[in-house]
Amino acid sequence: MEHYINLGLRSAFLENMALAYFLGMCSFLACAKKVETAIGLGVAVVFVQVLTVPLNNLLLNYLLAEGALAWVHPSLATADLSFLSFILFIATIAAATQVVEMAVERYAPELYNSLGVFLPLIAVNCVILGGSLFMQERSYNFTESVVFGIGSGGGFAIAIIALGAIRQKLEYSNVPAGLRGLGITFITTGLMSMAFMVFSGIQL
Amino acid sequence: MSAVPGETLPVAARPASAFGPRQRAILLDPVLLNNPIGVQVLGICSALAVTTSVAKALVMSAGVILVTMLSNLAVSLVRNHTPSSIRIIVQLSIIATLVIVFDQVLKATLYELSLELSVFVGLIITNCIVLGRAEGFAMSNPPWESALDGLGNGLGYSVVLVLVGILRELLGAGKVLGFTILPQVKDGGWYEPNGLMLLAPSALFIIGLLVWALRTWKPQLQEKS
Repeated sequence: MEHYINLGLRSAFLENMALAYFLGMCSFLACAKKVETAIGLGVAVVFVQVLTVPLNNLLLNYLLAEGALAWVHPSLATADLSFLSFILFIATIAAATQVVEMAVERYAPELYNSLGVFLPLIAVNCVILGGSLFMQERSYNFTESVVFGIGSGGGFAIAIIALGAIRQKLEYSNVPAGLRGLGITFITTGLMSMAFMVFSGIQL
Repeated sequence: MSAVPGETLPVAARPASAFGPRQRAILLDPVLLNNPIGVQVLGICSALAVTTSVAKALVMSAGVILVTMLSNLAVSLVRNHTPSSIRIIVQLSIIATLVIVFDQVLKATLYELSLELSVFVGLIITNCIVLGRAEGFAMSNPPWESALDGLGNGLGYSVVLVLVGILRELLGAGKVLGFTILPQVKDGGWYEPNGLMLLAPSALFIIGLLVWALRTWKPQLQEKS
């Protein structure tokens, strides 16, 4: 149990997807202009991440990994298809996003309206693909991949909401003309990233 | 945000010319004036993560140039046969296939570097430059010009990536591509390396300052706030 709590905390804070690995920076910089949109994107990322990382984990272990196809036919026991993981992951992610979008629209129209355009955009968000690739690289088992999905998605949500709040305040600041918008956002994110490095002192 | 290249470019004087002013503009605009990272804000993720050393930045650049150019070419070749409802899936499968090929070649030739780059080679698939150019340019332009556009955007990305890589490796370890430029104190030299440069935040600061410099030099890029 302790192992899973550690993994969750580590993926949310120490190895924060946005601030330590710079994944999902494009939407991070584009969507975090207000707290409300940041919350919408954050929730959507957690949602899809928790769904796709375990799903990809199952697909990897039962279809692609070395010897995984042995259940189909004994002669396939030596097949190693893991080089196909990129294309399978991205297909799963695109399909899962589509299914989630339709399900949310049907059963929770309010949530659907508040998430708006972010849900389909998530299919090409590097946080989601990055999560699945890290899962493969670190060979997580199924439970670990669920915990990792929650932790990494949650960490991204925390970071983007915090940046949204800072940028809302920044609107009233007198920033030099050339630095306005993109430039100051990069520097703010750099400072946030430094702040998050404090967590690396924690022994897990 | 400035206009999409292709709208403002000079029209080809003679269609027969394979490399006229229009083609040159397609190739060279994204390198500086319409830089994917500095101006269009595409492909930031990997630009920040792989720039701790010049060698990593160079390999990553090679991957992005190849994938952008070839995927633009392929997407443009099939653009008249692709129904618009499934175009994203078509583009993603083309891109993913190219990235798998690059990843396998990298693992076969430069295994050490491929371990250091870890997931970031795979993340070329979701690099916004690749999909952005496929969707924004290759879907509506002929193959030759699309390939040039891909090459130009890949080069523009590489320029920033290698620049940030040089700055970080030089200031963080006193080296460029592994060769010592500034001898470090611990090796009997005079340079005390700035450890922050090898950590994540420095990439954000450097790109922020680069954007500032670019926008001071070209005031028309500044944002109204």
